[in-house]
Amino acid sequence: MSDDLDFVEEFGVNPGDPLVQRPGHVSHGRFERVLRAGHFAVTTEIAPPDSVDPDEVLARAKLFDGYVDAINATDGSGANCHMSSLGVCAILTRAGYSPIIQFSCRDRNRIAMQGDLLGAAALGVCSVLCLTGDDVGAGDHPEAKPVFDLDSISLLQTTKILRDESRFLSGRPLDAAPRLFVGASINPFVPPLENRVDQLAKKIRAGAEFIQSQYCFDIDQLKRFMARACDMGLHEQAYILVGVGVLGSAKTAKWLRSNVPGVHIPDAIINRLEGARNQKAEGRRIAVELMQQIKETPGVAGAHLMAYRHEEWVGEIVKQSGVLGDRKPWAPEPLDSTIGVVTPLEEVVDSITGTDS
Amino acid sequence: MYAIRRWSSRHARGLERLYKATRPGILSGLRLVTRLFGKRLDRPITATERLLKGALFDCQMCGDCVLSKTGMTCPMNCPKGIRNGPCGGVRANGMCEVKPDMRCVWVDAWNGAAKMEDGDAIKDIEFAVDHSRVGQSSWLRLARDE
Repeated sequence: MSDDLDFVEEFGVNPGDPLVQRPGHVSHGRFERVLRAGHFAVTTEIAPPDSVDPDEVLARAKLFDGYVDAINATDGSGANCHMSSLGVCAILTRAGYSPIIQFSCRDRNRIAMQGDLLGAAALGVCSVLCLTGDDVGAGDHPEAKPVFDLDSISLLQTTKILRDESRFLSGRPLDAAPRLFVGASINPFVPPLENRVDQLAKKIRAGAEFIQSQYCFDIDQLKRFMARACDMGLHEQAYILVGVGVLGSAKTAKWLRSNVPGVHIPDAIINRLEGARNQKAEGRRIAVELMQQIKETPGVAGAHLMAYRHEEWVGEIVKQSGVLGDRKPWAPEPLDSTIGVVTPLEEVVDSITGTDS
Repeated sequence: MYAIRRWSSRHARGLERLYKATRPGILSGLRLVTRLFGKRLDRPITATERLLKGALFDCQMCGDCVLSKTGMTCPMNCPKGIRNGPCGGVRANGMCEVKPDMRCVWVDAWNGAAKMEDGDAIKDIEFAVDHSRVGQSSWLRLARDE
């Protein structure tokens, strides 16, 4: 591939211009490039605003510049109302970011879901995370009708059918198929523990190419899970990113554990927070250590750092953990001011885009 | 009823044997009925299925029965109607995230499947329910499709 052309693609006139789809890739997205190049990827989550101001989205995304490879846009997480993940992603792709759109089955039937998958791809979204979604009872509109026409696995299949067979579920052909890198979530930390690997295998068979897990605060449990996943060869069939949470205090940790379904926090973590003089700093230290331990766990391809209400800590945690090594993920403005002026060397481009394939 | 439904999951092995033994007879009977009466007996047959499976499994008559693949546990009792569960919200004690007093349907399903001869069928991917079939008899459909 021509280096000059590659350069224009990466830092073109309009940062929202699509990249070139590389051979063997299913999307033209940067996130897929990073993973397929074999890098340890870091993703995070953006809290969608309760607002129509696009600058608010961009200001929140800017906190992550240079530290993450992709940003998940949550879809009414916890069944609370916010700006849609599609809206957030459209704003992010225009600025050149690489968002992962979260698609929950709670609020839309299969007609709306397929339409929105096409819409997302048309707006430059390259990665989608297929979720079943929280129940409406968990959120601020418990009187809403839960849809759940599909479940996460049926949604994975649906996305694959749109992309690979270029047709709707009905069979009606598409004129142009969405090029989406397809992901799913797992939670290895809640019952039935012995079947969680089977569930992962099922999601991969349904089409998941990358996986983002629920918060991992229990490294031993993760190691047991990953050992079984590796035995089944699952780590070679999908890129597994493990979720890392940032706990602000022991009180928050206890609240999360008892009020948010699916969050498993061992007593050891809570005791450690309680015993710390500065609980906030300790929470960050725990996150840093988890990132490092996760990177050391065989079969893991990356970390998904979820710092709800502590987004400003993401950069520091990633930096301190050192999991990126010398690699600097792409950010909207060239980090080196000479880029874009001189003919770039391949390694300069690669160090900034984080992809040297 | 909840207690009976849970009993059925615990006794998935026995129910599987019963199902395998009676299935050919039930299906050929239904085929015979169809030949003799056409669709005139569909309503009483559907009502019988609803009554029987309702009592044993809290069957919701989704019209696409997968009981024999899901550890004799009806997935339609999952508040999210997940056909490929469980979700990630299961409580540490194995209870449902939405209904804390109810055992997660899919925890029971995987446990039931582990007892069954053909329990591995729970690993098959089931596509979401066809809503145009909800309320219809799965037995009749099986008899007429096969």
